[in-house]
Amino acid sequence: MSSSTAQAVTRSTPIWRSADHRVTSDRYRFAYRRASDQDARAVARRPVVVVGAGPVGLATSIDLALRGVAVVLIDDADRIGEGSRGICWSKRTLEICDRLGVGESLVAQGVTWKIGKLFHGDDLVFSFDLLPEDGHKMPAFINLQQYYLEKALVERADAIDAVDLRWKNRLVGLRQHNDHVLLTIDTPDGPYSLEADWLIAADGARSSTRDLLGLNFSGVTFEDKFLIADIRMAADLPTERRFWFDPPFHAGQSALMHRQPDNVWRIDLQLGPDADVAEEQKPERVTARLKRMLGERPFELEWISVYRFNCRRLDRFIHGRVIFVGDAAHQVSPFGARGANSGIQDAENLAWKLALVLKGEASEGLIGSYETERIQAADENITHSTRSTDFIAPHSAAERALRNAVLALAPKAEFARRMINSGRLSVATVYESSLSTADESPFGGSARLGAPLPDCPIRNADGSAGYLLENLGDGFTMLTFKNGAPPPIAPEGVARLSVGVDIDDPDGAVARRLDATPGAVCLLRPDHHLCARWRSYDRGKIGAARDRANGRNLGIA
Amino acid sequence: MAKLITASQFADPDAAYVALVEARRGLDEQAAAALDARLALILANHIGDIEVLKEAIALAKNP
Repeated sequence: MSSSTAQAVTRSTPIWRSADHRVTSDRYRFAYRRASDQDARAVARRPVVVVGAGPVGLATSIDLALRGVAVVLIDDADRIGEGSRGICWSKRTLEICDRLGVGESLVAQGVTWKIGKLFHGDDLVFSFDLLPEDGHKMPAFINLQQYYLEKALVERADAIDAVDLRWKNRLVGLRQHNDHVLLTIDTPDGPYSLEADWLIAADGARSSTRDLLGLNFSGVTFEDKFLIADIRMAADLPTERRFWFDPPFHAGQSALMHRQPDNVWRIDLQLGPDADVAEEQKPERVTARLKRMLGERPFELEWISVYRFNCRRLDRFIHGRVIFVGDAAHQVSPFGARGANSGIQDAENLAWKLALVLKGEASEGLIGSYETERIQAADENITHSTRSTDFIAPHSAAERALRNAVLALAPKAEFARRMINSGRLSVATVYESSLSTADESPFGGSARLGAPLPDCPIRNADGSAGYLLENLGDGFTMLTFKNGAPPPIAPEGVARLSVGVDIDDPDGAVARRLDATPGAVCLLRPDHHLCARWRSYDRGKIGAARDRANGRNLGIA
Repeated sequence: MAKLITASQFADPDAAYVALVEARRGLDEQAAAALDARLALILANHIGDIEVLKEAIALAKNP
């Protein structure tokens, strides 16, 4: 991973990049190959160029390619694997990865967890079970080193002809035109020019695309510094997230411990605002800190970094023909796993919209809805992440006193336990979006208008057991519920999936979670977010809802 | 019979915490203690039940 794209991760900018201490060498290297565009007489024009082959750039490219859009994906490095970086992948991310073709292998490789424990000093004050709704194909969370996720996505991208992945291609120049962007890309063979109808900037927290456009963030930087260490240790500890406030081994600060595959553990130690960054990265110093925590258990250092967190975003994610996704657009602290997970959700939100626009099936206004919906998500993530960071790293003695009062009351008072905040874990955003059609009648269940459809166990037509989400296609889907009449006909451009005909609902979970009465109809967007539902079928209304979700009611952005 | 409610009553407990923490942002410890004293009086009066107040004091003194 490149120095810039590596920032598409669950945390924000390392304070001093050069101070990153890499204990292990790069895990995977990829070859630079000369592209035919470099020898073309005239400047080649591509529909989409994506900058940055991190998780977000890869997911965007694969999603677009699977929707029939040819993508050039460039990255200034030729390797991935500098440290585990992002490790917690949420259910929604895994569902998206499953649609992209890598979800099952990620879950098989990762560590599934759902229990978290919070300690104050030596005492356990609170433990939580994420209690994922059962019958979902994907778990609430897995832990997996980011380089494994990137490797899986690189292999997937390599297997798709429509993704042209170019390593050691660095974006060095960018000029906006009315209907395209002119790029200058540097390579080991020298620079070449390329035109793109759309440029997607997935080049991370230190985005060079952002610098080329002269754009700035608005938000806050937290003064406290944190040490991240990944260690290899054979430990018979339970698979759970452990968080300490003021532990005996690290007095006055917080600590986090999380399991990854291969006997690798993530340790996160708060260092306070005055920590000496250069000193704190010295392996002997890190080892001494970890020994206080881990006792005599032997361990090896894998990766060390010292970070300061940002909670901030660009004011706009779309600038002419340049669209920002992931950390290039927004950054949060790692508490809550809201960084890389939200970036992958950016990718999914953008891919179907851009594909429809490029195919002429939707107006450009639909792309504007990417910005509206994902700024809503970014603001949600920034709010939660800021609250968590405020709780973990109080700004003053007076704020620390309030935080400590919450911790002191927690054993006896449930209200105080609910206020303890070591990170509110990433959940998918429920879009308050003009792409949704307002409900005409009330609906219960766990499904929410604007949210991804909850997964459910189903029985396939061939009698095999399966899941609802894997039966949804890549376009708009009309989900109908049997009421004795023949299944209704879907409007043009909408696929039909009839519960009771195409799939069965043996446990009643689909009907229950969607609060679907016989004859009910749900309309799903290509990203499987629920955008309309009715108690009965009306073809005209479904067509109108599809048009609305296609951005027909939006002007040109 | 305990009358003090210790079960969480806020729909969004994080928002309640943020309101309290933001109220003391930028205050030194003495100013924050004075703020807390005023808050305790205001909330005690709002509750208006001496039994609840005594239970709350007992919990605060011996958490």
